[in-house]
Amino acid sequence: MSVVLDAFTVITVTAGLVFFLAGTVGLLRFPDALTRLHALTKADNLGLGLIVLGLLPQCPDITSALKLIAIWVLVQFAGASASQLIAQFVRRNEPGP
Amino acid sequence: MPEFLYAAAALVLLLTGLGLMRMLWGPSPADRLMAAQLLGTGGGAIALLIAIASGTMAIIDIALTLALLAAFAAVALTLGEPGTKTRAGEGEQ
Amino acid sequence: MSLLVDLVLVALILMAAVWTVLVRDRRDAVIAFIVLGLLLSLVWMRLYAVDVALTEAAVGGGATGLVLLRACARLLPVEAEGRLPGPGTQIAAGLLSAIAAAGLAAVVLSPPVPYPSLAALAAENIHQVGLGNPVTAVLLAYRSLDTLLEKVVLVLAVIGVWALTPDAFWGGAPGSLKSKHASGALDLLARVLPPFGIVVGIYLVWNGADHPGGTFQGGTVLAAMWLLMMMADLADPPEIRLKRLRRLVVFGPAVFIAAGFAGIFMSGWFLSYPPDYAKPIIVAVEAALALSIAVILGLLVAGPAAEPPKR
Repeated sequence: MSVVLDAFTVITVTAGLVFFLAGTVGLLRFPDALTRLHALTKADNLGLGLIVLGLLPQCPDITSALKLIAIWVLVQFAGASASQLIAQFVRRNEPGP
Repeated sequence: MPEFLYAAAALVLLLTGLGLMRMLWGPSPADRLMAAQLLGTGGGAIALLIAIASGTMAIIDIALTLALLAAFAAVALTLGEPGTKTRAGEGEQ
Repeated sequence: MSLLVDLVLVALILMAAVWTVLVRDRRDAVIAFIVLGLLLSLVWMRLYAVDVALTEAAVGGGATGLVLLRACARLLPVEAEGRLPGPGTQIAAGLLSAIAAAGLAAVVLSPPVPYPSLAALAAENIHQVGLGNPVTAVLLAYRSLDTLLEKVVLVLAVIGVWALTPDAFWGGAPGSLKSKHASGALDLLARVLPPFGIVVGIYLVWNGADHPGGTFQGGTVLAAMWLLMMMADLADPPEIRLKRLRRLVVFGPAVFIAAGFAGIFMSGWFLSYPPDYAKPIIVAVEAALALSIAVILGLLVAGPAAEPPKR
């Protein structure tokens, strides 16, 4: 059982890393601020989400597992609000196409 | 398993650290802030990975604090915006 | 592997620090400084100094960025009028900063050998305090006088900020933190986040007795929630003449001093706690301090009064 759980952790955490890679590459390579923001949110949502999902089976107790989920939910909410605010800032300060 | 989680934490640090190039390049403050935002999320992920890998559950609270304050820099950005008017003085352009 | 992590961290910190100093735009420098705070928090975590990492995450991630960006906003009208400091002031400020940095570097780079440490002695007797978190035990039992003075300094800082109020505005409210650009996202954030933030803030204070956390971390989180509501125009900065507000500012230090004097009668010395009651007294003092710190940090960010008091 523990081998299965460990394999699950390795796969999901690795997938999370891929999304962090995507976030970084997008942030560095995309041509304008709004598309870069789009790349950033992928790391927020899926990068952290998959890492949290992968770490859940490794939690020693239920409290820390619940905390992990709470952290992910908070980051979802804060990340979504922050990207709205950043996008509004971009729209105000850069002449649109 | 801890070795894998430590390695994953190192990779997240490396990737979000590379993302900081956007902080140097800009061009707009929003772009620079995005690099900070990515580092904040990455910092949370690193904290969680290290907490589980080392068995130091208190480190989870660092990720909790980072998550709670994740949007603050984005909110504060509008404060320093030219055209943001404070009652203290006329910030109008 | 861990050496690689350390090297990457150090390289990133140096980059962020140099960039903070070199970049010309003030706002860009503040963003770099926020990044520096995040990186420092990771360093403290890497050193397993969780209490310090929590403080850095709360202060660097929440409070510092707000204070500095608000300072940037205040400087805009000054700059528009061309009232910039002259070259003499600029050079003096640069020199003073360089001297302070050099002094710090000298102290850090030449530690006495062997390094003086009371850690072993402190750890040996820590069970007498009854707290599980050694950092809180040292701060509130062994070094309680330092901690007390540190909180009193915060009160003095509020008085210092208020002293900048022009005569005509004395007693009035600080300038609004409200963003000029209405935003549904900000409104939603400021309505949903504070309940969670208040729970986390109280949790950090309560947890501080036995696990990493404590008054400053918890107080900063609470202050950040208050400031968020001010920025979303859900709360107004309070008028500084309000008696209730001023009582809240001194409440924490007052409770601390009262506990200190009680120590004289209960166990013989100022700020000494009777062993049986040490933990409840410390937790009560911490709770009072966290409340005051939250109010003080909020007032420090809000700044001096900027409008006449309402009659």
